[in-house]
Amino acid sequence: MASNTTKSSSKKQTTAMQVVVMVSTRKGAWLFHSDAARKTWRADGPHFLGQIINHMVLDPRDGKTVLVAAKTGHLGPTIYRSTNLGKTWKEAPKPPAFSPAKDSKSGRAVDHTFWLTPGHASEPNVWYAGTSPQGLFRSTDGGLTWALFSSINDDAQYRKWMGSAQDGTPDGPKMHSIMIDPRDAKHLYFAMSGGGVHESIDAGQTFKPLLKGMEVVDGFDASQPTFHDPHCVRMCPSNPDRLYQQNHCGIYRLDRPSDTWVRIGKNMPKRVGDIGFPMVVHPRDADTAWVFPMDGTSVWPRTSPDGKPAVYVTHNAGKTWQRKDTGLPQDQAWWTVKRQAMTADTQKNIGLYFGTTSGEVWASRNEGEKWICIAQHLPEIYAVETAELA
Amino acid sequence: MKVLIPSALYSYTQCSKVTAKGVTLRAVLADLERQYPGIRFRMIDEQERIRPHIRYFVNGEQIYDLTQAVPASSELIIVQALSGG
Repeated sequence: MASNTTKSSSKKQTTAMQVVVMVSTRKGAWLFHSDAARKTWRADGPHFLGQIINHMVLDPRDGKTVLVAAKTGHLGPTIYRSTNLGKTWKEAPKPPAFSPAKDSKSGRAVDHTFWLTPGHASEPNVWYAGTSPQGLFRSTDGGLTWALFSSINDDAQYRKWMGSAQDGTPDGPKMHSIMIDPRDAKHLYFAMSGGGVHESIDAGQTFKPLLKGMEVVDGFDASQPTFHDPHCVRMCPSNPDRLYQQNHCGIYRLDRPSDTWVRIGKNMPKRVGDIGFPMVVHPRDADTAWVFPMDGTSVWPRTSPDGKPAVYVTHNAGKTWQRKDTGLPQDQAWWTVKRQAMTADTQKNIGLYFGTTSGEVWASRNEGEKWICIAQHLPEIYAVETAELA
Repeated sequence: MKVLIPSALYSYTQCSKVTAKGVTLRAVLADLERQYPGIRFRMIDEQERIRPHIRYFVNGEQIYDLTQAVPASSELIIVQALSGG
């Protein structure tokens, strides 16, 4: 089951016959197959060799449809679709694209689809997509055709908050972390790098910022969404009123109906800090979450702090954090993990997985207590998701 | 007219040489889209701009505008610019 799924209010413990780790990279996609024991892995790939794959997600509602967000260095973006776990692929006839502008020179064009989220369980063929530059799209036919969704795409205020390519991340400004409340299909969240976290309670017709408590880089106005850079936001399946966020400026938790984020990253060790990209939540315990800190000092090296990679876990909603690095390199490892490249499965002993910027996939069968490398020498990894099949 | 397809687009045409009809570049690309659905959007964005790494040559001369006329007897070469890494 993909980590950003919304099938039920609490992800039940599963005893899947097959666990698949789906890896998206800068030059193609791979699927690593295992059984419930998750001791051995079989590589299937590359799929789309040479294409830039930003996200690959299985639809947990039918257990067979996989969507892939792709582009190449030379060609425009598209979406591929499989209904047999990647044995065959078909291109979406109408991938996400902005509306033609009156002045084509200033009109926005989708550079790449960055994020894919299956819709609410009550809306079987609905998917959401976030793009770069920031756009929110929706498909109602299982990912075949896509249309702009919500007024935000053409809203002058939102366009101002989105900024231009100059204001975004080095690889382009991104719409990400699209989340649907499993209790209410009309209740949505998304985040933008940059542009902040936003919420809708009217099925996406309108959104409003949810920024209180979030910090910004010194000298900027925290009341302005454009200066906020959430890297990854996750909703707890066991308590959809709780969100965790890894931000450019720290780690946060939000417990609705409060609208104020609490910086729980202040409780991380000072020498490690609370900067990073991914955020992973436990499928059944809303007090447990994992992060992967990186060096966000000086020129932002975007490496593991001191070349010593580690996962940090909290079991009390961010009051305290523990380092989990058994099995990981203890020194001179200068890779990190991107925002979509870390996830969890829902097995009895939670499996955790992450992919590195240096092309390694690491797995833990025991919630991070011990890590093993299940793949290496892949291209730079952009996203890691899991699929659990009966 | 004859159209030479770059390797990045073989997944649509399955070959390097195809034929298409049209009196302008826009019309030729429309005919390619009719024959090979999806191919146009990989080369032309939703604002009708030629994507940054795609180039079109007619009889050896580069053309930059979708409205430009292309003689039926000419050959259109679609090239992916040298870029990337």
